[in-house]
Amino acid sequence: MRKRLDVLVCGGAACIASHSHEIKSRLIDEIEKRGLSDEINIVETGCMGPCELGPVMVVYPDGIFYIRVSESDIPELVEEHFLKGRPLKRLLWETPEARKIVEDKKLVPFFEKQKKVVLSNCGRIDPENIIEYISERGYEALGTALTAMSPDEAIESIIESGLRGRGGGGFSTGLKWKITRKSPGEQKYIICNADEGDPGAFMDRALLEGDPHSVIEGMAIAGYAVGADRGYTYVRAEYPLAVKRLEKAIQQAREHGFLGRNIFESGFDFDIELRMGAGAFVCGEETALIASIEGKRGMPTSKPPYPASKGLYGCPTSINNVETFGNIRHIIINGPEWFKSFGTEKSPGTKVFALSGKVNNTGLVEVPMGITLREIVEDIGGGVLDGKKIKAVQTGGPSGGCIPAEYLDTPASFESLQKLGSIMGSGGMIVLDEDTCMVNLAKFFLEYTSEESCGQCAPCRIGLRQMYNILIKITSGKGELSDLDKLEEMAKTIQGASLCGLGQTAPNPVLSTLHYFREEYITHIEEKRCPTLSCLDLITYQIDADKCIGCTTCAKNCPVNAITGAVKQVHIIDMEKCIKCGKCFMVCKFGAVQRY
Amino acid sequence: MSKLQILKKYAKTKDNLINMLHDIQNANEFNYLTKDDLELVADYLDLPYSYVHSVTTFYTMFSLKPRGKNIVRVCQSPPCQLMGATTISEELKKILEIDFGQTTGDGLFTLEMTSCIGVCGVAPAMMINEDVYGNLNTERIMEIIEERRRAQ
Repeated sequence: MRKRLDVLVCGGAACIASHSHEIKSRLIDEIEKRGLSDEINIVETGCMGPCELGPVMVVYPDGIFYIRVSESDIPELVEEHFLKGRPLKRLLWETPEARKIVEDKKLVPFFEKQKKVVLSNCGRIDPENIIEYISERGYEALGTALTAMSPDEAIESIIESGLRGRGGGGFSTGLKWKITRKSPGEQKYIICNADEGDPGAFMDRALLEGDPHSVIEGMAIAGYAVGADRGYTYVRAEYPLAVKRLEKAIQQAREHGFLGRNIFESGFDFDIELRMGAGAFVCGEETALIASIEGKRGMPTSKPPYPASKGLYGCPTSINNVETFGNIRHIIINGPEWFKSFGTEKSPGTKVFALSGKVNNTGLVEVPMGITLREIVEDIGGGVLDGKKIKAVQTGGPSGGCIPAEYLDTPASFESLQKLGSIMGSGGMIVLDEDTCMVNLAKFFLEYTSEESCGQCAPCRIGLRQMYNILIKITSGKGELSDLDKLEEMAKTIQGASLCGLGQTAPNPVLSTLHYFREEYITHIEEKRCPTLSCLDLITYQIDADKCIGCTTCAKNCPVNAITGAVKQVHIIDMEKCIKCGKCFMVCKFGAVQRY
Repeated sequence: MSKLQILKKYAKTKDNLINMLHDIQNANEFNYLTKDDLELVADYLDLPYSYVHSVTTFYTMFSLKPRGKNIVRVCQSPPCQLMGATTISEELKKILEIDFGQTTGDGLFTLEMTSCIGVCGVAPAMMINEDVYGNLNTERIMEIIEERRRAQ
């Protein structure tokens, strides 16, 4: 019997980190206490999107959206809303512009401009229940492909749709499948690249945790198309929840005959196995991933040959990203023309972006390609945190670049972002405000990529480390103008001479920030000053005589005794001794310590 | 379950190596792999010990040195850095009285840096074993560490 209310509690990783499991338990207890268990259904779903506002909950059939719910709110929520039918206003999502309580999830601006295709089930179904997936047309596309289409027809459909790899490469998915199918060899493989390692990217995580069957179905259709009977999903070990949900989903799919032998009585066999990563970013590169699955050190090999002709165990292998697979069933069900009806001509469809950094509504968003960056940051993201000015948006993770504020009206598509010196990448989008030091940011990315280099190629192994060292020099006040030329020269060499994508793209954040924010680098070098006060070594501390009351707190807290002054007398900092730890700034209650 | 029983869940093929190393490491109280463990795996898969050692040392999540029962991994990637990961890191060092790469004297905690753990929406974030914690500040960190201490 249909229950009166369906209460969906977000079980995405971020909401779980914010205690959504405890909330779900409390809800179940409270409802049982009040004898409402037969009337109310509690479901844990995958990521609903607005991570910053978690834990989030939606109550159907009215679509009432609650944010920042805590365990202590539950008794009142059950009493007021579930028993008396009065939604709890103080937990509803209030929009800044409307200044009224928004009761309908569809009207919330965060969702208004989104178009959920890949994420359509995320946040709506229980990812551990295959029946809920099936009831949302789950496995219908696989059935259609196996019984009403030939493998070549399936491939043509994906080619026609214009779907491009969502992992960052942007290569035509259909074409990759076609090449794999046509490559000589009896044994072929499908691999799902779930080694999402880009800092700032969590799109694949959400899909794997929130709707694992959609990925499984995509892989099975791919297997049929290319002629593979085995698939591997390679998941990073930092995603234990994704691993658990995938394992369960694979098992359920097998039990229901969607994986295994003679699927849909078509004669097609396909099964999937999970393989885990172990903390190596480079294993997101397809040849390194293959090596890792084969039980080797995850070191890339040169291309050509590409995996589509010679991949896992030397067999033709199609490696696709999680989000790419998430698109497949929708294209098969709705047709390629439908997919081309949104997005841009060269980048049809939607893209899932992970919004993070200095923005109000951090979280996961899915938008049609071609929407502007400004719409994503301001309309969906709710604008910059604390009302600060936006400086730039970083896209493409450690392989990408920065799009400065003046280009915010650029459409989000493969081609537009590339024109500005960045890339779409896997979908990480970090919002940077006026207080972000672009030199420091470039340094973070270089720190990351130089650590993650597998070490095979000298330009990458040594070159990235040297670039990082120069950035340390610059951010600690020891840079010289010639360092900027060195950075650019090294960047070109590393890009040109590295074996794989990690080395080839690691210099991008430096080149991009040098291009758009060169004057910041020059200020660091010539004036030995960090305009945003982020580079600690470049901050000068001084006591404002007008504000200092001589309480001696700063002097007592200075770890190197650099501050002198008698009680009730203005204190002075000896800059020769000062180690710029910032302690005095933090402890002064009178704002007398100035930083510049 | 003995370690051999753990290994027997897998076919004797090289592609199961990493999954096996994870399982054996997780079965060890101090979250690391011993020389004996690597030898056991090498024998089971009929591989040279040096090969297994070489694969183990490539991947950062495997440790050949004993670690604490709770591995505290603090995300150092840009979205977390922008939201205060450096402060969080300093606070953890203070609270646990160890530096990164070290283990507390009571064997309870090891502090490690990690790169993006994929919860940037609630940055700054950290993982302790398989649990994720976000929106961290000094108070929350102290609560979390206390909770883990009490749970021992």
